[in-house]
Amino acid sequence: MKSSQILLVAAALATGAVAAVAADETSLQLSIKDHRFSPAELHAPADKPIAIVVKNLDSTPEEFESKALKIEKVVAGAAEITVRLRPLKPGRYQFVGEYHEATAKGALVVE
Amino acid sequence: MLGALVIVFREVIEAGLVIGIVLAVTKGAHGSRAFVFGGVAAGALGASVVALFADALSQAVAGRGQELFNAGVLAIAVVMLAWHNIWMARHGRELASELAAAGRAAASGDKSFLALALVVALAVLREGSEVALFLYGILASGESAADLLTGGVAGLLLGALVSALTYFGLVNIPARHLFAVTTAMITLLAAGLAAQCASFLQQAWIVTALSQTVWDTSGVLPDSSLFGRVLHTLIGYVDQPTALQLVVYVATLAAITIAGRLAAPRARAANAHAAAE
Repeated sequence: MKSSQILLVAAALATGAVAAVAADETSLQLSIKDHRFSPAELHAPADKPIAIVVKNLDSTPEEFESKALKIEKVVAGAAEITVRLRPLKPGRYQFVGEYHEATAKGALVVE
Repeated sequence: MLGALVIVFREVIEAGLVIGIVLAVTKGAHGSRAFVFGGVAAGALGASVVALFADALSQAVAGRGQELFNAGVLAIAVVMLAWHNIWMARHGRELASELAAAGRAAASGDKSFLALALVVALAVLREGSEVALFLYGILASGESAADLLTGGVAGLLLGALVSALTYFGLVNIPARHLFAVTTAMITLLAAGLAAQCASFLQQAWIVTALSQTVWDTSGVLPDSSLFGRVLHTLIGYVDQPTALQLVVYVATLAAITIAGRLAAPRARAANAHAAAE
């Protein structure tokens, strides 16, 4: 029933919210210019939450997408977004700009 | 041009399928078309507005606005679908009998149609805002705009084709099975949307529990592929679901199914009722 579902979501929210405030976040900067990411490779430590500020310097919108990171987020032209990531295991996580997949490619290297 | 077509089409498949299903569910009910197309129009209008304020939206709530918006839209859609199924479980018997088909269904079903029209509007709103943003970007950039715009419009038309195919596929199912089929489809659709809602909450880092990946079938059937995308909408298929997504999916399936059973009039009572009439 729908009320039980609302309860479930509320319960999930409550458990999550407590853990969500992260103090030792790694902040990274990423910009998009001419449908390319700069830098094309980001580095971050493992097992720590990460926040990537994606600045779109182009006038056209872009969608920051990463299957590996489970992120799909639109960034308007000449605007910025913050992408929050859970603590990650070491590895190479690729991301693309969905609207210009041919040129907008990058990766986050967690070590 | 092909790139634009693929991007736009990928975004509109989901809305296209939802529209097709809703059209089939409400088929034959007097006045339901106006609800459905009203929903599409309202959704498209809303999508343009959301696209215009995309930047403000993503900055809202400490950069979590986009995720919260998507999660909220999905949650409302899930509730509306659940409510529709429960309502149909209670009144479906009357609707299913041929006598009742047109007139009475419309009279008593208005609220249920409104719920479905809202589902359509929300699907168009969510997917459409990305399409609007993308097309808006093409217009703003001026780079071979005509070509890209053609691709975008072609993508939209393909989406409409998906609606049409879904609709005609469904209405060809014999009437006595149609109710069971659409009930199951709407339940699965709702469960998939609920899981997607959960994933947005996880993406925004609002919910951090149960974030481990349960399985990875992206090598076999990536959910970004055409078939994967269709399955994603129809049954909520995800190639790398988190534990929370799975839990929410199963819970929604169970909740709607059980609620539908409870809401259904007892067979005997219904017979007695029919006899009394």
